[in-house]
Amino acid sequence: MTSPRPVPPHFRKPLLETPFSERARELQQNDHFVAWAGYSTVDVFTTVEQEYFAVRNATTLYDLTPMVKYRITGPDAERFLNRLVTRDVRRLKAGRVSYVVWCNDAGHIIDDGTIFRLGAQDFRVCTAERQLDWFADSALGFDVAIEEVTSEIAALAVQGPTSCFVLKRFGLAGLERLRPFELAEFTVGGRPLMASRTGFTGDLGYELWMRPEHALAVWDELLAAGQTRGIRPIGSQALNMARIEAGFLLPNVDFVSAEHTIRVHRERTPLELGLGWLVEFDKPHFNGRRALLAQRERGLERLLVGLDVAGNKPAHNALLYAEAAGRREVGSVTSAMWSPTCKRNIALAIIEAPYFALGTTVWADIYLNRELVWERRMAAAQVVERPFFAPERRRATPPADR
Amino acid sequence: MSAAAASWDAIVVGAGHNGLVCAATLARGGRRVLVLEAGATVGGCAVTREFAPGFRVSAGAHLLHQMPAGLIAELGLAAHGLEYAASALPTTALAADGEPLEIGDLTALARRSAADARAWPLFTARLGRFARLLRRLLDAPAPRLGSDAWSDRLALGELGLRLRLLGRRDMRELLRIIGMNAYDLVCDEFELPALQGALGLDAVLGSNFGPRAPGTVLTLLYRLAAESAAGPRALAQPRGGMGALSAALSRAATAAGAVIRTSAPVARIAVRDDRAGGVVLESGEELAAPCVLSSADAKTTFLRLLGTEHLDTGFVRRVDHFRCRGVAARLHLALDRLPAFRTRAPAALGGRLLVAPSADYLERAWNHSKYQQWSAEPALEITIPTVHDPALAPAGRHVLSATVQYAPYAAEGGWQSQKPRFLEALYGVLEAHAPGLRSSVLAAELLTPADLEREFRVTGGHWHHGDLAFDQFYMVRPVPGAAQHATPLAGLYLCGASCHPGGGVMGIAGRNAARRVLAEVRR
Repeated sequence: MTSPRPVPPHFRKPLLETPFSERARELQQNDHFVAWAGYSTVDVFTTVEQEYFAVRNATTLYDLTPMVKYRITGPDAERFLNRLVTRDVRRLKAGRVSYVVWCNDAGHIIDDGTIFRLGAQDFRVCTAERQLDWFADSALGFDVAIEEVTSEIAALAVQGPTSCFVLKRFGLAGLERLRPFELAEFTVGGRPLMASRTGFTGDLGYELWMRPEHALAVWDELLAAGQTRGIRPIGSQALNMARIEAGFLLPNVDFVSAEHTIRVHRERTPLELGLGWLVEFDKPHFNGRRALLAQRERGLERLLVGLDVAGNKPAHNALLYAEAAGRREVGSVTSAMWSPTCKRNIALAIIEAPYFALGTTVWADIYLNRELVWERRMAAAQVVERPFFAPERRRATPPADR
Repeated sequence: MSAAAASWDAIVVGAGHNGLVCAATLARGGRRVLVLEAGATVGGCAVTREFAPGFRVSAGAHLLHQMPAGLIAELGLAAHGLEYAASALPTTALAADGEPLEIGDLTALARRSAADARAWPLFTARLGRFARLLRRLLDAPAPRLGSDAWSDRLALGELGLRLRLLGRRDMRELLRIIGMNAYDLVCDEFELPALQGALGLDAVLGSNFGPRAPGTVLTLLYRLAAESAAGPRALAQPRGGMGALSAALSRAATAAGAVIRTSAPVARIAVRDDRAGGVVLESGEELAAPCVLSSADAKTTFLRLLGTEHLDTGFVRRVDHFRCRGVAARLHLALDRLPAFRTRAPAALGGRLLVAPSADYLERAWNHSKYQQWSAEPALEITIPTVHDPALAPAGRHVLSATVQYAPYAAEGGWQSQKPRFLEALYGVLEAHAPGLRSSVLAAELLTPADLEREFRVTGGHWHHGDLAFDQFYMVRPVPGAAQHATPLAGLYLCGASCHPGGGVMGIAGRNAARRVLAEVRR
């Protein structure tokens, strides 16, 4: 009889490994890891530029297992979710996915995520942060079961213009018929696998959901299938560049969850984040509805917008002013980058009324560290439409077969 | 049904005393009011009913001591038939093996303790001043914190001003004791265990506290404040029991134009366009009104009648956490003769008899209930209503009515098996104070908090709808977001004991809710 392998106590190794970690550790070259929701994940495999360009020109693998996942089931599952989130879940058909936010009583965002409708009474909710307490409290009066399934599902994002081709070669026959925000079940080499046409890059792409024990085999077969299409794994930094171009928001970067804010006016409502299209006032009551209605009546005091900044120096953390002289402060930048694809210096920023109106010019106070000497630039920044980058191929069904 | 087509301006859910006061006030303000009561009779916890053939008792509250004299006059309850069998009843602290102590009798007190006799007048005068300040607070709706409204600022400002006007010494003393526990206060002030126990019992009656629980000085002051508003009649016994008060309230409401329907249980509050639009009865009948006032407790109103799907999670969480675990039971005995309690004056038998021989006794009694056990030696507030109102029992017979603490809501082992044992314990205590009582019992009824919950439809069987504690008090009672009668749902108001100023047969919550509706909802 052999004794079971001793498991080190959690305090010896507080960060978990994902089912893909073994391969990721072999391929990464920089020892550049980052903790994400209790897991150790790769921040950069080779160079950020190489990985970013693979997102826009080839196919990329991104391990999103640490994303928190809940399974919500029961006779009241739909009613429960419909009261929880601001979008109308009744209209979400089985086999489809919806991007949602949920708010507290004051209409302030707690988190954003996606709802996968797997059946009439069966949903998966993916969230940025753990939500069990909020979900459990929200379940009072509803006949639902809520279960965290984060570690039971290995998840891999396969994104890029050649991703459909690679996945078909991998074995997902008929994948080209999958429209954005649809999901489908497949079996590849005897392994069940779910694919959804979702992602965080704003490009053509899919997310694969599988059992953890199949993770390494799927990874290996995908890399083999994508060899002629420049497939490579990417880390969180490259993904972050892609999501800024796509205009997607990152919790704790572009907004802070209302559950974590301490200072007043640091919370954000979906209306203030430009997510008004996610708020469906004509559905039955949902958390924060009355507060959001009142805010709509009052008008917005601030709004998250896209900025086109003059020059090519990213406006990281820049304060924004109403005039070049920098007297009246009107907001600040939450995310910024030079966009290699758009060839524009872009940023996401939260700006006070009335300076958030489209076309308004504000001034970004940019600090540059030039060989340890700080220089300051006041750059004009214009409020522009988001997303900055939205290629046709992101929606095309079927996608290009190449 | 549109609100305009409704035949009612307002529907009041529940015909307890608060519901009836609310309906009467609304009707007097010219509104068309319908009161819906689930039970067969009006009154809620203020009710007289038969518990053994020929024996009747006030099955919930058994004394009228907190309803403001002004409210009784305003509603003309005397003209509507409210009479008193007795008022200004004395209170006697019983002692199993010693001399009973009539509270407030200075001569008797001086014989037992010269120090306590000196301290008593000073203590009651000081607490009386505090009670008068709190009385103002009790009477008006609670202001909102963090509000820009002048009325809220004014109310808070007035509270501060009145506190200052107490003078430096009194203000400091009030602020020193207000958060304290009753045990420390009464033991600091007095040396006689009987006096400590009697005051301690008044501080915790009906609440899930022992006298050592923080905030029990507040509950004591609160009781004194309500009694001071009730005026010299305080501690009164309506003729015909507490049901007679409800009957008078019912007549007052009806005379003003309100319609009262009994045996009409409300199944749910109807919501239309994110507003209360009326109610649906358990029979399926729909009744429309632009305004619904619920005198049911907060949990019943929000979690059961309205439903969490119409409310936000944070609010629901607060309502769910509202503490309303009742620990007071009711004991009703039909007796073939007047029990032989050892009191000094015969008149005392007609008053309030307390079994709480010391503050430690009370605290020990509470300990059991913390662990889902009933007190082996319970504390009791006893009245023998037939002394002043013989009509409640057959000629020559008597009724003993007692509020008993502590009985947990859910007893370890289940009440089914524990109730006979708890009754035995109660007989043991009673027999020690009134030898021979056991043999005079013709019938007995013991209502645990679970029974009270069923009979009175109050979540947890809690007398006051919920503990009166700093976090469930005044501007946060029952919970922030519903503490000024209005609720998150437009058109729905709370008008029962879950609101400020809370439990006890006061009627203030009902009146204030009605005034609020009269002021803000146009017809």
